Amino acid sequence: MELFTNQVLAGIATGAIYACMALAVVMIYQAIDHLNFAQGEMAMFSTFISWQLMQWGVPYWWSFVLTLAISFAGGIIIERLLFKPLAKAPVLTNVAGFIALFAIVNSVAGLIWDFTIKQYPTPFGSAPFLGSQLISTHQAGMVGVTLLMLVGLYIFFQFTRIGLAMRAAAALPESARLVGVNTSWMIALGWGMASAIGAVAGILIAPVVFLEPNMMGGVLVYGFAAAVLGGLTSPLGAVVGGFLVGVFENLAGTYIPGVGNELKLPIALALIITVLVFKPAGLFGRAIVKRV
Amino acid sequence: MSAAAEDTVTEAPAVEAVPKRAMTLGTGTSLVILAALLVTPVFVKNFVVFQMTMVMIYGIAVLALNILTGGSGQFSLGQSAFYALGAYTSAVLMENFNVNYALTLPIAGLVSFGAGYLFGKPALRLSGIYLALATFALAVAMPQLLKLHFLEQWTGGVQGLTVMKPDAPFGLPIGQDKWLYYFTLVIALAIYIGSVNLLRSRSGRAFMSIRDNEIAASAMGVDVAQYKTLAFGVSAAITGIAGGLSAIVVAFVAPDSYTINLAIALFLGMVVGGVGWLPGSFVGAAFIIFVPNIAESISKGLSGAVFGVLLFLVIFLVPHGARQVAIVAQQMLGNLRKN
Repeated sequence: MELFTNQVLAGIATGAIYACMALAVVMIYQAIDHLNFAQGEMAMFSTFISWQLMQWGVPYWWSFVLTLAISFAGGIIIERLLFKPLAKAPVLTNVAGFIALFAIVNSVAGLIWDFTIKQYPTPFGSAPFLGSQLISTHQAGMVGVTLLMLVGLYIFFQFTRIGLAMRAAAALPESARLVGVNTSWMIALGWGMASAIGAVAGILIAPVVFLEPNMMGGVLVYGFAAAVLGGLTSPLGAVVGGFLVGVFENLAGTYIPGVGNELKLPIALALIITVLVFKPAGLFGRAIVKRV
Repeated sequence: MSAAAEDTVTEAPAVEAVPKRAMTLGTGTSLVILAALLVTPVFVKNFVVFQMTMVMIYGIAVLALNILTGGSGQFSLGQSAFYALGAYTSAVLMENFNVNYALTLPIAGLVSFGAGYLFGKPALRLSGIYLALATFALAVAMPQLLKLHFLEQWTGGVQGLTVMKPDAPFGLPIGQDKWLYYFTLVIALAIYIGSVNLLRSRSGRAFMSIRDNEIAASAMGVDVAQYKTLAFGVSAAITGIAGGLSAIVVAFVAPDSYTINLAIALFLGMVVGGVGWLPGSFVGAAFIIFVPNIAESISKGLSGAVFGVLLFLVIFLVPHGARQVAIVAQQMLGNLRKN
């Protein structure tokens, strides 16, 4: 039983990361109806920026805030320069664009900071949490930050004018334009927020997986799995999906013989396909009805 | 987020329609290119011959993706998985069961066809971006599946398998590389002609009708589910044959040769060559083999960035890839003749 509780708690801790990634994926999906395959790389790049700031002597929380601001601006710039012109292009062209972005970001990060593994500090420390042996303070911190972010997003979308405008632009762009919402900038804003949320995910996971240009590969696949499980149209679903995927991954690794570490990615694959086949809208998503 | 009762989805089609006749080259041009392909190996170094062989192999794989995407309008970022399956089928048959290398190719094709058909079944319910996602996950998961412990006695696990490179048969006085070049050329040619005919046939028209408008296609009596899975199967089979060929030519298979990067490269090859233009597949293959080398010579370490920037240039400047270039060239030639 202790093993079980242990694994569930550890699963919730890693799930927090997947939840952040899934949240970023959902933000962009909401804005432009595309999955950003470069999301993980963008998050990795943000994490490197914060690392660099700390190397230059900026205190942790200042570098955290600065990185979020830089990532936010970076996301908007990428949207304006590269993806706005592609808005009307076929899906295929957009996927190619994301892949190109993936290659560029990965290689530039490798060039600037090279491919050696770097230590990344945690602000929460790694002592046992509240005297419990089960999870560390860093893991508890990850869960806390994720939940905090979810609450913040909820308040933003439900109770602010601009949040309402963003929802309108995502749900019915034509009507939103008619009532004076600048839908084009709402999309850019969505990119900026997704990029900043990705940065949080990267900064949180860096102490666990260590910092290097390829650190996000597996995490992104799990982020996708979480987003799909929760429903691509629901931020709450993304977070719940993230925690579920984290727990599921850990339990499968512990209790199904032969799974272990080497089958972790195939599990994500199986999960994505199962959800897409049996419940394409996910747990919390709304089903898309097509008019023909 | 609030739920709208009904979403009116007026999407742009996933892939722009390609007129059927624009999918191939004229007879004259084809013959000239074939003659050039036949003669070149005599004059160049063995390494160049090897690279040209690889271009043809990747060309076959890109062609397979082109049938799937350009033909039936479905996506795949998971072609590397079928490529790996074909490569491993060939390698395992040759090393563990002493099957002749040429005979392993049809088996590789069959195995991949089966896998593609089975994967296509659930994938049926997915379209556009969801399909890209499912196949993306497949490609990411494949290397780990190949490293599985209980398969290790056949697959060699992380180490991979080394394969014997075949000699030219009947005591022909040419080297291994040149022999494999001609061997690959014959297979590539057969697959190319077969694919052109496939797309011109009843099945090909069914694929294209699904690509252009699924509802109209089913109204005309096309069995949409059947043809969609069939397209997946055929595409996987051809990719598997390409994978098998690569195992023979490279004489080595290992799980980490078939990562998501390979799938991405094949996808890029298709975009660069022009979606739906079969000859473009080979142009795209040349792009994905030679451009990384050029990029590396421009700046080591930045090769990925150069690659990505080039891709963006293609997307923005020539969205139809090599097909667009070919059409422009043709028109210029036509103008010259008139003058």
